[in-house]
Amino acid sequence: MSSNYEKSPSPSEVGFSIMSRRNLLAGAAGVAGAAALAACGSDSKTAATTATTAAPAGTAAPAGTDAPAGTDAPAGTDAPAGTDAPSGDAVSMGINEAPTAGKPYDSLKAAVDSTGLNVEINGVDHNTFQENITNYLAQPEDVFTWFSGYRMRFFADKGLAGDISDVWANLPDTAESFKTASTGNDGKQYFVPFYYYPWAVHYRKSVFADKGYEIPTTKDELVALATKMQKDGLIPFAYANDGKWPVQGTFDILNMRINGFQYHVDLLAGKEKWTDDRTKAVFTTWAELLPFHQENPNGRKWEEAATALEKKEAGMFYLGTFVASNSKDKEYLDDLDFFNFPALDDKIGADCLDAPIDGFMMAASPKNPKGAKALLAALGGAAAFDAYNGVNPSNVGVNGKVDTSAYTAVQKKSSDLVGAAKNIAQFLDRDTNPDFVSNVIGDAFASFHTDPTQIDSILKSIEEQKSAYL
Amino acid sequence: MSTDTLATAPPTPGRRRRYSQLSKSDKVWLSLMVGIPTVLHVVFVWLPALATIVLSFAEWDGIKLGTWQLVGFRNYWTIFTVLEDKLFPALFNNFVLLVFLSLCSAVGMLFAYLLDKGVRGTAIYQSVFYMPVVLSLAVVGFIWKSVMFSQAQGLFNLGRDKPIDFVGNAEKIFTIHLPFLDNPVGLSKNFAALLIAMAWRHIGYVMVLYLAGLKSVDSSLREAASIDGCNEWQSFRRVVFPVMKPINVVVLVITVIEALRAFDIIVALKQPVGTSVMGVLVKNNLVGEGGGHVGVGSAYGVVLLLLCLGFIVWYLVNHYRENEL
Repeated sequence: MSSNYEKSPSPSEVGFSIMSRRNLLAGAAGVAGAAALAACGSDSKTAATTATTAAPAGTAAPAGTDAPAGTDAPAGTDAPAGTDAPSGDAVSMGINEAPTAGKPYDSLKAAVDSTGLNVEINGVDHNTFQENITNYLAQPEDVFTWFSGYRMRFFADKGLAGDISDVWANLPDTAESFKTASTGNDGKQYFVPFYYYPWAVHYRKSVFADKGYEIPTTKDELVALATKMQKDGLIPFAYANDGKWPVQGTFDILNMRINGFQYHVDLLAGKEKWTDDRTKAVFTTWAELLPFHQENPNGRKWEEAATALEKKEAGMFYLGTFVASNSKDKEYLDDLDFFNFPALDDKIGADCLDAPIDGFMMAASPKNPKGAKALLAALGGAAAFDAYNGVNPSNVGVNGKVDTSAYTAVQKKSSDLVGAAKNIAQFLDRDTNPDFVSNVIGDAFASFHTDPTQIDSILKSIEEQKSAYL
Repeated sequence: MSTDTLATAPPTPGRRRRYSQLSKSDKVWLSLMVGIPTVLHVVFVWLPALATIVLSFAEWDGIKLGTWQLVGFRNYWTIFTVLEDKLFPALFNNFVLLVFLSLCSAVGMLFAYLLDKGVRGTAIYQSVFYMPVVLSLAVVGFIWKSVMFSQAQGLFNLGRDKPIDFVGNAEKIFTIHLPFLDNPVGLSKNFAALLIAMAWRHIGYVMVLYLAGLKSVDSSLREAASIDGCNEWQSFRRVVFPVMKPINVVVLVITVIEALRAFDIIVALKQPVGTSVMGVLVKNNLVGEGGGHVGVGSAYGVVLLLLCLGFIVWYLVNHYRENEL
């Protein structure tokens, strides 16, 4: 699986390999059921029965049985979905995965198929899609995959995305916080969230059990644990920064733990200064913690760092839950667990984290607006995610009615972790101007890792260049 | 003398007719053969170049046509003051590249000269040195990053307790304080590592060009030189090298172009900090995901264009002056 990500990858694109054969069959059944649904035409009742009969053929399928069952919520309530869909005009859809990508594409396609709508999918390689997004949006498909946060609001502000506020009337089971995350600067909704995944500290249960380590909840405990690990010949934190995005997650969490969520948001919005003492405090703490991290992160891919965790050379790794997506070792995958990054300041606590949301947007002027909205409503429903999850169980569904019994342990825990958080950030390159991040922040953070004593001049340089972007 | 006879000899009528017919189809073919490339060249090279110059004076997010507006020299002001920490290190890296690749060209010439002497196994050496040339620089970058430089399994890191971060370490080998800059510019360690990877390809390329050049040198010239008592160096410096002038020009042009257009290997390595060059800056600002800063990117492009034009003008002036002499 290719792994040259310019930006933070979503777990779907790196593809968790924790799917059992059973799930694969279930997913196949889900797709089969969905296909039957699509083929059967206008009468959704017949479609549902066909699908339910199809499901048992695929052997005990959570996704298969759910796909038709869950449909009534979004697709059913929306009149056009039931009536014109299969016979009406096709809705075009751009997906940021190529058909050759394997699971990431197949799972999205399963979700689309589960809607039973007539959809023409155009799958484009992930990085290509992202790099060409501005050109793409000049002539986009009716519906396309994208990310929440600044990246969504930016295109909404530019008038490149369609207002889909009315679609949200059909998403009663999606929590209010996700609606907020889907709202543009003008108060209208432009985004239908699909799934999210949190960033957390990953570790091997067996290592912690063998050495008697405790999960840290304060800075003192963290430092004590890291020191102990070093004594035991372990690198406390696996660490990588190839591509210049992985350490941005570390910055996010340190800033949120030291200065709180609001300061983090304001700093990224350009309202606070990078030369502020509070920002500097983040870097001072970062420099303090660097000796506990793997040396020379700039030239290391996150996959290599993940290998250090897998080989028990490192004790912990702060990364998104896609950390194990390159491993096929069942024993390791079962052994892997994660915990929330500990509080660094008692007054601030540890109640916020990065959990990027991926989802769908509509073109500013789609050729088939009715169909596009019906598709978005259906994709926001539980059934679509269940179909997706049947093929690629790695992310957490946004819809409140998704079938959590099909979740893996990692998914369940992710869901709990994010559910308990008071505030959720997206990721540095999703919460602020992505050009600013790729052209200024990336280099600045990499320079910091080359020479952590240069904090002042690095922050001054960031603040100076910020004026060209924000 | 022959022109005289042609001019004075009265052409036969038939011959003249044929002459004019040929001339007509000649004209059609000529205008097609010259016209089509000219049109293509103008449309795909000069129009974009002119558009770049115009856009460098404009502000545009690159999304919708017609939303751009002229802002005078503001983009230039931005890149020379606000983004000085981007521009000058990139220019410096391009300059380092130029100097370094010139040295590589000299080494390539030396290799060619030695191989041309008929060392045993010449063909093997030639293949070995020429092999990297068939790879694109991006591929060269991937190879060196994973095979040579990787901290985990790179050949250069085999048996080291503390692996060296060849790709990521932006520590400066030396720095130069420019009076108008806050932060010094300098050669970072990872850019030096990239230079080695580029040399691997460039030396072979230049070597092959000179091998071809040396083969075309008339051996009687060397014999004459040795009869006249030239030693090896003198015969090379005074006889062989000047005779190879066409090759020298080609190699000079290639070296300068390679140094100015360097881009692919750096982007292939995901642009490690400290390795930025002008081409990377142009690309980053033009195709940014946030819509891009077309004005700023074009301004970088124009700076690069001026550097190229400077070289071309210098070259043409020198070339024609020498030809007149």
